[in-house]
Amino acid sequence: MKKSEVPQENNVVFEGGFKALYALNEDGKYVVVPSSGWKVEETVTLMAVEEFRRLAEEARQRVLAGRSSPLEYHMYAQRMDLPVLAQATGLFQWRVKRHLRPAVFAKLSLGILKRYADALGVPAERLKEVPR
Amino acid sequence: MSARPADFMLDPGSVRFPHRHAAHCESGVIATLISCYGHPLTEPMAFGLAAGMTFVHFPLIKVGGIPLTAYRMPPGYIMRGVARHFGLKMASRRFRNADEGMRDLDRLLSEGRIVGMQTSVYWLPYFPKDMRFHFNAHNLIVFGKEGNDYLISDPVIERPVRCAAEALKRARFAKGRFAPRGFVYYPASTAADIDLDRAVRKSIRKTVNMMLRAPLPWVGVKGIRRLAKTFAKLDARTADDHYRKMFVGSVIRMQEEIGTGGGGFRFIYASYLQEAGTKLGNPKLIAASEQMTAVGDQWRMFAVAGANFCKGHRGSTLGNVRDELLKCADMEEAAYRNLLRL
Repeated sequence: MKKSEVPQENNVVFEGGFKALYALNEDGKYVVVPSSGWKVEETVTLMAVEEFRRLAEEARQRVLAGRSSPLEYHMYAQRMDLPVLAQATGLFQWRVKRHLRPAVFAKLSLGILKRYADALGVPAERLKEVPR
Repeated sequence: MSARPADFMLDPGSVRFPHRHAAHCESGVIATLISCYGHPLTEPMAFGLAAGMTFVHFPLIKVGGIPLTAYRMPPGYIMRGVARHFGLKMASRRFRNADEGMRDLDRLLSEGRIVGMQTSVYWLPYFPKDMRFHFNAHNLIVFGKEGNDYLISDPVIERPVRCAAEALKRARFAKGRFAPRGFVYYPASTAADIDLDRAVRKSIRKTVNMMLRAPLPWVGVKGIRRLAKTFAKLDARTADDHYRKMFVGSVIRMQEEIGTGGGGFRFIYASYLQEAGTKLGNPKLIAASEQMTAVGDQWRMFAVAGANFCKGHRGSTLGNVRDELLKCADMEEAAYRNLLRL
């Protein structure tokens, strides 16, 4: 890639920041060139972001319908999934999965709730609700 | 969460740290760190000498339900590789207790040390919010403390930044895969001068062996071709269009996106070959660098095809994506075969 070919397409994900790329200058020597972003990268990053947003929204609807616990919403809202949340809390996946059931979640001890709060970075009180 | 990354940037005039903007976190940190400790080293040299480049696609290891793809060696590999080449002893430790880890950091800073560390990306407030995923193998340098804020040289951010102690603690002690457990490191001895010619040959042999001769079908050029085959079969295997797009998207993300460790690895390697060739006066290395540049350009064509497919551009099929990927495989193979004849 030549320096003149380094994309400067303002990837919205960078929020005005730059990414360093190695490219050839006029003398054919490799130099670091700051890039404001590439639409290709923006596309795939936003896809990943959007996927979590979609999962969170679907979970939120399920919570409001009483079919899932708020934990599922917060898990996706914090860009986690079942394996990641299980690892972050040190709980078995089957346990976390069980806690996604509203009845089981309602009876969780403060200790377990606290573990979820720590892993998700959401205060324990807020874990019990979802945005309306 | 609402703060913008720009709010965390430090005024470069006020900072007495030789911050360097790098394409990849680990090679960037290790190059800057070793330079600070008296042995000038560039990011491409660190990346290349440590044989940091690879290609793997493991169908059975999944991230977010999608098979794992990586274009570089696992976290920690570059640091260890560079240390080995330079006969450098790295002091490093992890902590059970987060507070202890933060006290240790304060002690190191008060001794005037500059340290590298492993963190999660997700909890670093100066990262743009859509770049923050639960990736625990990010690397950065801490070079000072001001009140409650740590002064950080993060190689993938263009300027030094500040980060509140609480946030850094979270990032250092995030749990899950690759949990950093407060991993902190710095050179405990000075780097020795090395026989560069020998080191370069050794490192290239290592990368070439991995890319051409790894006994596993998921690694190297074989791995690229296998992934191409997977693309070809994806149409038959699943009717789930969403999954197909997420799959292709993930492969491209790992290649390009910084937050995942990506960042144009083929160009970094081409830069390495060029720098080594210039230093050693070896025209074969320079030629190899040009060839690797072409490989990097072809990976970009692949990324374009992949993104078009993900966006559902008319006429863009998985077949296009596969064809571009097969070209990558052919060009990579030719480049490594040439490197064998160095």
